[in-house]
Amino acid sequence: MIAESGHYALVLALGLALIQSIVPLIGARLHDAALMNVSRSTALAQLLFVGASFVALVMLHVNSDFSVANVYENSHSMKPLLYKITGVWGNHEGSMLLWVSILALFGGLVAAFGNNLPLSLRAHVLAVQAWIASAFYLFILVTSNPFLRIANPPIEGRDLNPVLQDIGLAVHPPMLYLGYVGFSISFSFAIAALMEGRIDAAWARWVRPWTLVAWIFLTLGIAMGSYWAYYELGWGGWWFWDPVENASLMPWLAGTALLHSALVMEKRNALKVWTILLSILTFSLSLLGTFLVRSGVITSVHAFATDPTRGVFILLILCLFIGGSLSLFAGRATSLKQGGLFAPISREGALVLNNLLLTVACAVVLFGTLYPLAMEMLADFKMSVGAPFYNLTFAPLFALLLLAVPFGPMLAWKRGDLLGVMQRLLAAGVAGLVAIAIAWGWASGGATLAPLAIGLGVFVIAGAITDIVERTGLARVPFATALHRARGLPRSAWGTAFAHAGLGVALIGIVCETTWNSEHIATMKQNDVAHIAGYDVKLDGLFQRQGPNYREMIAEFNVSRDGEKISVMTPSKRSFTTRGSSTTEAALLTRGASQLYISLGDANADGAIAVRIYHKPLVLLIWWGPVLMAFGGVLSLSDRRLRVGAPKPARAKQRLQPAE
Amino acid sequence: MTRKQRRMTIIGGSLAVLALAAALVLNALRDSIVFFSTPTMVAEKHVAPGKRFRLGGLVQPGSLQRGDNLAVTFEVADGSAKLPVAYKGILPDLFREGQGVVAEGALDANGVFKADTVLAKHDETYMPKDVADALKKQGHWKDDYGAQASGGTKPAATTAQGNPQGAVR
Repeated sequence: MIAESGHYALVLALGLALIQSIVPLIGARLHDAALMNVSRSTALAQLLFVGASFVALVMLHVNSDFSVANVYENSHSMKPLLYKITGVWGNHEGSMLLWVSILALFGGLVAAFGNNLPLSLRAHVLAVQAWIASAFYLFILVTSNPFLRIANPPIEGRDLNPVLQDIGLAVHPPMLYLGYVGFSISFSFAIAALMEGRIDAAWARWVRPWTLVAWIFLTLGIAMGSYWAYYELGWGGWWFWDPVENASLMPWLAGTALLHSALVMEKRNALKVWTILLSILTFSLSLLGTFLVRSGVITSVHAFATDPTRGVFILLILCLFIGGSLSLFAGRATSLKQGGLFAPISREGALVLNNLLLTVACAVVLFGTLYPLAMEMLADFKMSVGAPFYNLTFAPLFALLLLAVPFGPMLAWKRGDLLGVMQRLLAAGVAGLVAIAIAWGWASGGATLAPLAIGLGVFVIAGAITDIVERTGLARVPFATALHRARGLPRSAWGTAFAHAGLGVALIGIVCETTWNSEHIATMKQNDVAHIAGYDVKLDGLFQRQGPNYREMIAEFNVSRDGEKISVMTPSKRSFTTRGSSTTEAALLTRGASQLYISLGDANADGAIAVRIYHKPLVLLIWWGPVLMAFGGVLSLSDRRLRVGAPKPARAKQRLQPAE
Repeated sequence: MTRKQRRMTIIGGSLAVLALAAALVLNALRDSIVFFSTPTMVAEKHVAPGKRFRLGGLVQPGSLQRGDNLAVTFEVADGSAKLPVAYKGILPDLFREGQGVVAEGALDANGVFKADTVLAKHDETYMPKDVADALKKQGHWKDDYGAQASGGTKPAATTAQGNPQGAVR
């Protein structure tokens, strides 16, 4: 019954989405408030029904109802409850259901909190949301129905892929989707603006918070996925330039650019056309990512769905939305009036540079992701584009961007004084140079690029601090006054500083980990001692243990430094009987921002075991950076100016009808 | 500055960045791309020693030999040709004889493929796509791989999780 109800709820949601796709638009044509308001009720009802459908699938998984194919293939009665729930989106059908649920959630939020939006704008936005939703409901119902029954229900399920039986699955995909799908809002706003042929600063004030919310989740989602890969896969890698990772990085790059260009539009009413285009591109990249992941088109371990009908279906959705929106853009963009002028050296100019570098970096990633596919299709040979390619292309572009980051917030709007900013950034520059010298001396001239990159990271952090110091006048006025001013600073200024500093922090982490990471691989017997980065790691022994749905072999290591005992580390190897596969559970020991990392290989017959030990200096900075960025985003979001629904559109004539 | 000059500055700047990016990409394409080969393709094309590429195929049953200090040798076969592979390190969890594998490295002077990375197939139902396609092309595709591949919808999907095939450096 539950499965059928879930299926039925999804069909009802499709029906509602179809109504929402058309009726509000007719209402907008006829200036009929009642018809336009249909969008609000249908969006909320859609959220209700998709939510019910999602809850139904969760219940099926929790109850281990193996008469449902999706549950049979991805669950097991012995699986812990947490993984029964997270297993819902650990497979193709379930993750698509999560995708549309989040889409409906965002639509519902616009409907619920969009009361002071101009009525026709809201009707248009929700109609566009409904187009996207309809396409994906159809996709799920036609090609990937999670509620399919099996004629002869088996007694036991096939279990979830062991690699996914981890807390990471509970957090990473929902976060990532909240980001990915969140960009649909700015897309819908862009299309609505094009359809109405009207766009102003109030539009940007509306789009920015939604983009910011999506961006915060995407930032955290990517960071979380990276940390998950780091500890779960057992060899300490945290970024692979895998097409599926690129699929989430590209919307992030475009979304970051969008955040900044929307700022220009909101403050200075300039860059309108560009902002609209970026909104379209950002969500198009999200759709492209969904296509790459869900269709199985790439040589990637993620893309398991091998059924071509799915790929073709998503490709159709992709072409329809990207092609349609870009054609609409081409046809209507010229009718949008250009606004505020600015000199090349100005805050606007800096933000244009930011946009330029981010979009070009994004284009490079897109090229690296699609080039092997194109070559395979056209020239019939296979290749892989990996880290070396991105190190030579993406890294220099991003270094250039980081070099410019401290200048942006310090330049004045309209016309900036580059020389003055350089003088004010002198201290930050000196800090960067000192960091280069220290890193150079400490590494005794080893790698040349690493100290430079660390200096760049320090410069970015010091630049962010300088900006706050300058704004509060910390160096010039008494401390109490500066403190008072700091409290009075807009939260978005703090947000900028934190987000920019986060970039520097992440860069330092990345450089230190990749340059000074040390590795020790050996076969160890009981009481063998390995020496790595000043630590002594002694193998105390091997134990067997029975887990809920696996057996594991645990190795106990005693870690000491200079004869002083620090901790015990217990990496393990789990074998899952149902799937006949095993996972490596690495053990991590955190010391400050650095980590010691142990993972196990195969055990020999004579009781020796292959062991991989890494020392990763400052590795945690890689993820603290994005957390800082997200925190900056949250601060900026809590700024009064951006609070959702706070600012009324400036011109009253826009409000054709008062929202109820 | 006039409006026109301002616009030209911005357009000029954009073109400069684009040109820079294009130069970087073209430069990177010259030597950072790794091609994929099977043992047959290696035999036919006479790949020069030292040139990096990815070798894909099935691990020849009975060929796996473990030496001292985690050194291993095995053969990669694709039905019509075989190539010896030497590797030092821990093999991925899913490495098995008779199963698909992708190794990255270069040939040495003796015609042995020195691998520095070994990727094993993911689990019973997953075969590296490179390997599957190469085998299909040569007619060595076994239907049961196909059946397994489409029958078992594998999880993972949503994760930006990198390389759960268990890569080993």
